[in-house]
Amino acid sequence: MEESVILRVSGPVVKVRGASSFKMHETVMVGSKKLIGEVIGLDNDIATVQVYEVTTGLTAGEPVAPTGKPLSVWLGPGIIGNIFDGIERPLKAVEKKTGAFIPRGVSTEFDEEGRKWKVEIFVKPGDKVCQGMVVAQTRETPLIMHKIMVPPGIEGIVSEVMPEGEYTVYDTIIRISAGPNRTFEMKMLQEWPVRKARPSLERLAVNEPLITGQRIIDTFFPIGKGGTAAIPGSFGTGKTMTQHQLAKWSDADIIVYIGCGERGNEMTEVLEDFPKLMDPKSGRPLMERTVLIANTSNMPVAAREASIYTGITLAEYYRDMGYNIAIMADSTSRWAEALREISGRLEEMPAEEGFPAYLSSRLSEFYERAGRFKTLGNSIGSITVIGAVSPQGGDFSEPVTQNTKRFIRCFWALDRQLAYARHYPAIHWLLSYSEYMEALSGWYEDKVNPLFMKHRSELLKILQEESKLLEIVKLVGSDILPDEQKLTLETGRTIRLGFLQQAAFHPVDTYVSLEKQFYMMDIILFLHKEAYELIRKGIPASHVKETGYFEDIIKAKYTVSNEELHIFQEMKARFREGLEKLK
Amino acid sequence: MSIEYLGIKNINGPLLVVQGVKGASFEELVEIAVEGEGTRLGRVMDISDDTAVIQVFEGTSDISLKNSRVRFLGHPLEIPLSEEILGRVFDGLGRPIDGLGKVYPDVKRDINGDPINPVSRKYPRDYIETGISAIDGLTTLIRGQKLPLFSGSGLPHNELAAQIVRQAKLPRHEDTKFAIVFAAMGVKYDVAEYFRQSFIQGGVLQRVVMFMNLANDPPVERIVTPRCALTAAEYLAFELGMHILVILTDMTAYCEALREISSSKGEIPSRKGFPGYMYSDLASIYERAGMIEGREGSITQIPILTVPNDDITHPIPDLTGYITEGQIVLDRDLNQRGVYPPIIILPSLSRLMKDSIGEGFTREDHAPCATQLFSAYARVHDVRALASVIGEDELSKTDKLYMEFGKAFEKEFISQGANEDRTIEYTLNLGWKLLGILPREELDRVDNAILDKYYKERGHTSAE
Repeated sequence: MEESVILRVSGPVVKVRGASSFKMHETVMVGSKKLIGEVIGLDNDIATVQVYEVTTGLTAGEPVAPTGKPLSVWLGPGIIGNIFDGIERPLKAVEKKTGAFIPRGVSTEFDEEGRKWKVEIFVKPGDKVCQGMVVAQTRETPLIMHKIMVPPGIEGIVSEVMPEGEYTVYDTIIRISAGPNRTFEMKMLQEWPVRKARPSLERLAVNEPLITGQRIIDTFFPIGKGGTAAIPGSFGTGKTMTQHQLAKWSDADIIVYIGCGERGNEMTEVLEDFPKLMDPKSGRPLMERTVLIANTSNMPVAAREASIYTGITLAEYYRDMGYNIAIMADSTSRWAEALREISGRLEEMPAEEGFPAYLSSRLSEFYERAGRFKTLGNSIGSITVIGAVSPQGGDFSEPVTQNTKRFIRCFWALDRQLAYARHYPAIHWLLSYSEYMEALSGWYEDKVNPLFMKHRSELLKILQEESKLLEIVKLVGSDILPDEQKLTLETGRTIRLGFLQQAAFHPVDTYVSLEKQFYMMDIILFLHKEAYELIRKGIPASHVKETGYFEDIIKAKYTVSNEELHIFQEMKARFREGLEKLK
Repeated sequence: MSIEYLGIKNINGPLLVVQGVKGASFEELVEIAVEGEGTRLGRVMDISDDTAVIQVFEGTSDISLKNSRVRFLGHPLEIPLSEEILGRVFDGLGRPIDGLGKVYPDVKRDINGDPINPVSRKYPRDYIETGISAIDGLTTLIRGQKLPLFSGSGLPHNELAAQIVRQAKLPRHEDTKFAIVFAAMGVKYDVAEYFRQSFIQGGVLQRVVMFMNLANDPPVERIVTPRCALTAAEYLAFELGMHILVILTDMTAYCEALREISSSKGEIPSRKGFPGYMYSDLASIYERAGMIEGREGSITQIPILTVPNDDITHPIPDLTGYITEGQIVLDRDLNQRGVYPPIIILPSLSRLMKDSIGEGFTREDHAPCATQLFSAYARVHDVRALASVIGEDELSKTDKLYMEFGKAFEKEFISQGANEDRTIEYTLNLGWKLLGILPREELDRVDNAILDKYYKERGHTSAE
């Protein structure tokens, strides 16, 4: 066999000579340190390889070894609660090997310690099994039952079943005779290439919201389980904060948090906080349902490109078990920039702003892996993708934001001016949208309150009017406005401060139930309508304002907890009485 | 292992192309002996087959295709380190220039460093009191944070950085081992000298390590300077257990050097001609701040940027802001109005302050007080815009109070003396005093309990 050797090194891109036997997207070991790389181009016997580690010290002439496999991740119990780098190396194991800094060429196993899992097996010899079928299970964390499925492409008769007991992920638990003379040794650990979506039976329509406890999202711009959303915003507008809030409080079964090219301290924060924070539904630590993929901004750029795929492949694996997964990808712009950097090294013809022409097809491929699915095992699972976008210069017309917009259906635009005024979450109510409104309105009307959607649109209408009036106020001041419009301004302010703003660090306000969201809208509209009637009867708007009721509503987000919704009824009665006296 | 090569094939800007090279490795350090001119250093930027592209740190002038010999040193650029580096001055490549001779190294370190494993990091939670109200109160600096100063030419960023260095202290810890690493990239001699003088004044010169690449030094060297400085900082922090404050000035000059090299290599540019990998490159500098679990020391970074044309959306501040944990923005308008430090608080931010202020750290009312000041000051801007259209006299009663609050806030809270060292209690009490100008119902960001305890409405005369 011909020898494959390094011909050229330029940043993370390496050219290899003698590579005619290499396959596209095959994983290769580069150099004597065996750095992991992926073949991304072939030209005669020269292969172009992107290397997932820093290439400092590589020399022309060093050997390159093919592995015969595409870039793949390991799938099995032990993923939840763990933290991996962009190519699924467990970072805790890396720390044990090399200390606080990550040098080049560290290789780790999926499970270095060979932890034993108590496995329950559901099949017996002679049973017919097919792909995706759940044949065993083990409790991965108190929150997650890990279902062990027959890998895609395998079908046959169970020939042998190990006795129930404790096994490592590397032990064979079931033998399946998958054809003449072919026995498949089924282990808990499976492998799957990251760039290929895992198969499913069919795609289903999104019909249920992902409840996040964040008012502006749940009420105004809801996302369905299986939906896609983008959070664009310039630095300091709170992309990461919003993602953290969603990771903490959304009612998905499992959260995959991909820190793609972002700050190391942010990952540390998640690692320190999540084990302490409790899931509102189950009362268990959030870490028991969370997976972290960390490729911080100073880690190798090619692995940043892979981290997005690693994350979504892990999500698909759990989706196949019938779970609802939410992926937080922070930030997809860094991933796009990694594409650009590698494309630049390959001297490809750039399209807009130096990004490669295939940017939009890569983005669409990624976002299309989200959705609600009927899995091979005949259960229903979903993947919701929420991608942060970091537009250059905060300009939403740049290519990543624009291309992302075409493939997502929820757009939560973060606004710099709101962030400057410390209005958080800085999601701008007039620039954002959700295309799931129609699909989900039935759910809200059934499960929360028949008036929910009506209230929502009334609130939005007031906000729109307020924004128009504020333009006028900017020019002439508010004193000359008629009293009806002054009331609109006051109600608009109440909605902004009392409803849209939400304090992530306030124990009561950080998570708000849908019922409370409804009653908050209800009380705002109640006061607005009552006050409107009074003003129509000639009572000055300033008198209504002086009652202090608007301030009471604004403070209600702190003072009324999710369990004390009856207070809203009491407030209504109090307001009615007080307003009566103004007549 | 030290073959000298003669075959320089091509010289382009700071880049040399050498042919017939065997076994050169990527990013390897290279020594170039120029006839009659001594030796220069460079590093391998690209290797293909038997050709190596070398970036010469000290520039390529006087090098001809014939008069120079190239020697590959077999390792990336390393600097010698020991405790002795404290108090020393080095050039941009880490060679001593203070005439005190070589450093006898305990260790030699590759200046590129390795990324810190996110698992091994410790989340920074110790707040640094700088004695500056706008920073302590509103954009609190945390030990282990990277918090840049976004400034512009002619603004007092150097004075502010020097004041931070002089006054920084950790109220909750007896600080015994602290040191400063100062890296100058393409700054004027006067600026470097200003910092040196202020270190002398502060009596800390013996605890400062300086890396100097001045404006007239070769730009390519600038690429290495911050890495040398951070390698020294990592050694002092994580091996000797010191708390290190790193000042990097001026990151704009660094980025321009990066662009210069990228364009001479013929790379495809992204925005404004800066290379597409500038984000990753800057991250490899900024992310070297932090703390490590189980180790004593810390690295806090204050990079200084002169924002080109005061445009915060320019790629340099933009990419920086996406990597650093907040930013402190200086404003020309405030400066012209005589406010020192001219910190414009609305775009300024400290991402780490949320977990490190409040009860047990500073004071329970810190977060609400800061948020309310931010939101009130944002309103001041709206009111000022309105006043410029309809005139101040026509403003409503409340809006007039906001105008008054705005003025007082800039004059008393933001402004302070270059040597004035305020405690956090003073800063917070001042904040409440100023909020007292506004009626209680305007303070919509604060819990009633906190308001009851801290808010005291000023007995106002004008409005009633």
